[in-house]
Amino acid sequence: MRKEYLKTIKGMENQMLEMALKSEESIEKAMKSLISRDLELAKKVVDDDIIINNMEIQIEMDVIRLLTLENPVARDFRRVSSVFKIITDLERIGDLAVNIAKLSIEIGEEDFIKPLVDLPRMYEMVREMLSNSLKAFVENDMNLAIKVAEKDDIVDDLHLQINEELLQMISKNSEIINQAMKLMFISRYLERIADHVTNICERIIYIETNEVSKHEF
Amino acid sequence: MKTEEIVFDVKKLNLWYGENHALKDIEFKIMKNEITAIIGPSGCGKSTFVKTLNRMTDNVSIARTEGEVLYHGRNIFDEKLRVEELRTKVGMVFQKPNPFPKSIFENVVYGPRIHGIKDKKVLMEIAERSLKHAALWDEVKDRLNDNAYGLSGGQQQRLCIARCLAVEPEVILMDEPTSALDPIATNKIEDLIEDLKKEYTIVIVTHSMQQAARISDKTAFFLMGDLIEVDRTDVIFTNPRDQKTEDYITGRFG
Repeated sequence: MRKEYLKTIKGMENQMLEMALKSEESIEKAMKSLISRDLELAKKVVDDDIIINNMEIQIEMDVIRLLTLENPVARDFRRVSSVFKIITDLERIGDLAVNIAKLSIEIGEEDFIKPLVDLPRMYEMVREMLSNSLKAFVENDMNLAIKVAEKDDIVDDLHLQINEELLQMISKNSEIINQAMKLMFISRYLERIADHVTNICERIIYIETNEVSKHEF
Repeated sequence: MKTEEIVFDVKKLNLWYGENHALKDIEFKIMKNEITAIIGPSGCGKSTFVKTLNRMTDNVSIARTEGEVLYHGRNIFDEKLRVEELRTKVGMVFQKPNPFPKSIFENVVYGPRIHGIKDKKVLMEIAERSLKHAALWDEVKDRLNDNAYGLSGGQQQRLCIARCLAVEPEVILMDEPTSALDPIATNKIEDLIEDLKKEYTIVIVTHSMQQAARISDKTAFFLMGDLIEVDRTDVIFTNPRDQKTEDYITGRFG
């Protein structure tokens, strides 16, 4: 038994999960700051992004070391290489949370042009997708990964719907264009986060099937 | 797309050393111009299997076989088949280099001489061609009459490969040919094996999984006398079908 080797792989996966929790926390704080107008919280998301970035670098180094020294094969290789890919998605998710937080700061104390209903709904869906994708990774649950990825379509639809609605509002009242654009971007960022979650799901499918492909999600 | 030609077709091969059932119902096809790697833990039957292919196991008095090993369709256990003829076609290289205590030249031409070739010019041609094939010529061409024991371990192993090539075999069996060599000599032998593949069919037993992954086209995994799985090497090392293979190659064994 290669005890140290197996421990290293487990440790690396745990680090990745910790990074995922940090990214999840960033989205949560960014959206909370927007909804409850908490600018301090938004600032914290921006400041803390470096923690996620550093985690990515650390895990990347660990993966490179393991690939070079231990020559993992078969399922071990698929897991380790998936960690290598997934951390890029997680880092991007962190960046998108920062983008949302910055827009939240820009909107500042302004009144909303409309009550926020769809964006919080979209956020809930994306957050659930992310946490379920991690659950699927931990539990080797490919079916859950597929289910999560399939939700991406609903998020895409919500994004289009939000855009549509805001465009209509702009056409009636051009004064709101500034904030409406920001809300459209936030919707876009949430939709991008769901895309990254879909990538994570594709890695889980790869671990189980050894097939790398872009699925019709 | 080249047509695949079967060199060895092993059918329900069983082998016993006395009471010990060392090979169990082995079914295996070895294809022309491919490198087949045999992996598995010590005592799994991989060396026994390879030695059966040119009937080296005849030398073990307590060994008994059942089943067929067809070499180009002909059963090698057929009483009418001359074992010397088989071993000319199916050569072998061992774990430890085993040159004869003779000159480099005499080592290489040993086989052809036994086959009755006496013409010095012909023997010289054979020596040069074999040593070139074994990627040793440039290192020894100026000292062909020196004793082979003066060569390094890696050179001695390449000399043994040259000796094997001198009788123009079709198949070369290698039983852990690099396990006694340093990494540089190992690389040379591995490069050589890749080159030899164009003209020969190679079966190599190795304890190094990385070596199997690097050089072979097919990999077979043996465990306690059973052939667990044989497949394309990239399949074995990315997505083996059998959990036992996966456990072995990922080091989860024992």
